[in-house]
Amino acid sequence: MKPAPFHYVRPETLEDALSDLARHPGEARIIAGGQSLVAMMNLRLAHPELLVDINGLQELDYHRVDSDMLCIGALARHAALAASPLVQKVAPLMSAAYPHVAHSAVRNRGTLAGNLCHADPASEMPAVMLALDARFRARSVKGDREIAATDFFLGPYTTALAEDEMLVEIRVPVRQCGYGFEEVSIRQGDFALTLVAATLSLQAGRVHAASIAYAGVEGNALRIASAEKLLIGEVPSDALFERVAAEAANVIQPGDDMHADAAYRLDMIRTLTPRALRSAAATA
Amino acid sequence: MTEEFHELTLTVNGKRVQRRVPARLLLSDFLRQDLHLTGTHVGCEHGVCGTCTVSVNGKCTRSCLTFAIQLQGCEVSTVESVGTLQKMHPLQKAFWEKHGLQCGFCTPGMLMTAMELLAENHAPTREQIADAISGNLCRCTGYETIIDAITAAAAEMREMETQA
Repeated sequence: MKPAPFHYVRPETLEDALSDLARHPGEARIIAGGQSLVAMMNLRLAHPELLVDINGLQELDYHRVDSDMLCIGALARHAALAASPLVQKVAPLMSAAYPHVAHSAVRNRGTLAGNLCHADPASEMPAVMLALDARFRARSVKGDREIAATDFFLGPYTTALAEDEMLVEIRVPVRQCGYGFEEVSIRQGDFALTLVAATLSLQAGRVHAASIAYAGVEGNALRIASAEKLLIGEVPSDALFERVAAEAANVIQPGDDMHADAAYRLDMIRTLTPRALRSAAATA
Repeated sequence: MTEEFHELTLTVNGKRVQRRVPARLLLSDFLRQDLHLTGTHVGCEHGVCGTCTVSVNGKCTRSCLTFAIQLQGCEVSTVESVGTLQKMHPLQKAFWEKHGLQCGFCTPGMLMTAMELLAENHAPTREQIADAISGNLCRCTGYETIIDAITAAAAEMREMETQA
């Protein structure tokens, strides 16, 4: 299993990286950690003509809070974010999900931005970003735009990024809310058979805002608005969470694969949703 | 597409190495075939089994998911740097004494992963060890003896530190 031949460049500025992408539309791929892309190339599921290695762009290796947004650069590694007290403080849902994201060697090199651009349907971080209403800054030689997480994940391994665009920054709104994350996978660190990421905020004991996102169940990570709506204005209770879980299981249409059939995944949605919501209510 | 070659300079196990390599050459193949450092094993070649784990600038890395050319100027350590037959590292001794291996195929990755763990945590719990090695598959031992070995090595290394 060896990748097909390709050209390789290691630009020293973001501008050079973007013009490399623009000059080879559809044929060039950004490589940072390479923890998903190189596996795909080894299996020859991906065969880019040009690899644009952004590991030299150290200015993209950051995470910081800026005007109520946790801003995460394209070169921020999973390991740095997983160990970050700042992330734990302003986006604890990310910290709760990180023990489920691959293994230490993969987290050492893999980047959050690359993880999101790979858009694996059973990956944790796309669902976490959906639950947190994250926004993604995409840049090309033509300019900048911001894409809401809900508009970013279009299908299995498919995102809203244009061929000449690069995800340069992830922006996670900083807000006070409870959080819960639950996942079932075959082995620790594997992709999810089903996962739930949830946030809740309470006002005077009633749910004021809620988000529930799933992955591993359909072609991409998704929010279930009709299930979230059931929570608004209600007092958190196990009975309420069961109703919300039933609604989610009603809407989501999981697929079968060799690891789990649709019925199993629906059972997991019904089981994990109340657990995630209970944690979210307890931390709200 | 024709093969594209690049000049690569990096440090492997403390020695400066210079080679002309194809862009698509994986670090695992560079180590094994170009440098004949066959201690690094190649299992699944898509980042699942962990036996190809090496250290890059002090951090464990899957060498099958890294192109050699990406490591321009980096410091790579492989299992060959851990110890020798005459002078084994306490971790290697512990793997031997506690039956931390049977066929030995996963051992290079286990050792490199445990080295990183023990550098950060001098007294890991069994749970922390299990978490650290969760990305390394072993089909012989059932993992318990590997955890025994890493626990024993940690104790031995603490002991050596107090004596020194």
